[in-house]
Amino acid sequence: MFDWWEKLSGTITFELVGLVPKSQIGEAVHFFLFDTLKIFILLITIIFAVSFLRTYFNTEKVRVYLQGKSEFSGNVLASLFGIITPFCSCSAIPLFLGFLQARIPMGITFSFLISAPLNNEVAIALLFGLFGWKITAIYIGFGLVVAILGGYIIGKMKLEQYILIPVTPMQGELEDVKIELSAAQRAKEAWDYTTDIFKKIYLYVFIGVGIGAFIHGFVPAEFIAKYAGGDAWYAVPLAVLLGIPMYSNAAGVLPLVDVLTSKGMMLGTALAFMMSITALSLPEAMILKRILHVKLIAIFFGIVGFGILLVGYVFNYIL
Amino acid sequence: MKIEILGTGCAKCKALEEVTKQAVAQLGGFHQVVKVDDIMEIMKYNVVSTPALVVDGIVKSTGKLLSETEVLEMLKAN
Repeated sequence: MFDWWEKLSGTITFELVGLVPKSQIGEAVHFFLFDTLKIFILLITIIFAVSFLRTYFNTEKVRVYLQGKSEFSGNVLASLFGIITPFCSCSAIPLFLGFLQARIPMGITFSFLISAPLNNEVAIALLFGLFGWKITAIYIGFGLVVAILGGYIIGKMKLEQYILIPVTPMQGELEDVKIELSAAQRAKEAWDYTTDIFKKIYLYVFIGVGIGAFIHGFVPAEFIAKYAGGDAWYAVPLAVLLGIPMYSNAAGVLPLVDVLTSKGMMLGTALAFMMSITALSLPEAMILKRILHVKLIAIFFGIVGFGILLVGYVFNYIL
Repeated sequence: MKIEILGTGCAKCKALEEVTKQAVAQLGGFHQVVKVDDIMEIMKYNVVSTPALVVDGIVKSTGKLLSETEVLEMLKAN
């Protein structure tokens, strides 16, 4: 898909700028040029497409669909909705309480809360662009498994007493909040959203690809394999822990992970790292602390973290 | 008109409040602009993604920061 740009960026680096092909600096510059433009094009197209689709879904609609669904099938549905619904961790409180108010079981709410940030548009766009559709599918698929089972287990543990704000369940059925939009309005909304996100993350992409380009050109693969890649048992848990404080930096970290895997970091470790970055977010935990007991948040993080850990180990073992 | 901005205090909610005030100033006339912070009050409108804009008790938009022109259009349409 980007062969033309691979050639063109090569021509720019080696003929216009005059760097020597196969030299360390030449490889690094070529990689930087190629990767930044490729990532920017993919980010803009995918985020625009996703946010356009998402104008048809909002969290209010999801709540109406999920009302009255039984356990497990509710968990599956909530996790699937998490892929296509826009979600901002600043809305976590009204979402959580609003779902409870609609008598949606807590476990189903958690399935949604795990799946929505895991399948955020930036992560999906970068994964697709850097690792191809297979790894993206594996990421989404196993992310769904973690969300479905994680929510289901939390639901089975009967932890309702750890919700700090009493919610009165509403009577009767919910009515959908109806907001009509034309196709042009949807496109404009999606475009505004895309540029907004792009402004927030382009610098991280530059820095991430910059460091990646340096590693690509100058750091030998044996070095990475020895320190970041190996099959040491602690590689996966370390990746999960490191991912927790990195939520807002997914855009910068993923290009780096791409380079690390091409230099020998194991794919399971990389997957666990990416899932931990998106699914376990420290700011979201701080927000939820206002309505949930620390114990419940710890259990939530523990179960999701354990699920990610398993995904990491399984992939290191089979791939 | 009674214009309410629903939000629990996130950055986008404060931004929408500012935008709405500007739009109301452009529109002219007497209108009441209220910021609703109480989560229980917010939930009465069946809104689960903030910020939301409510005009005369009717939810006009949820989960996004609107531009001044968009708010102005919604107010004029009312």
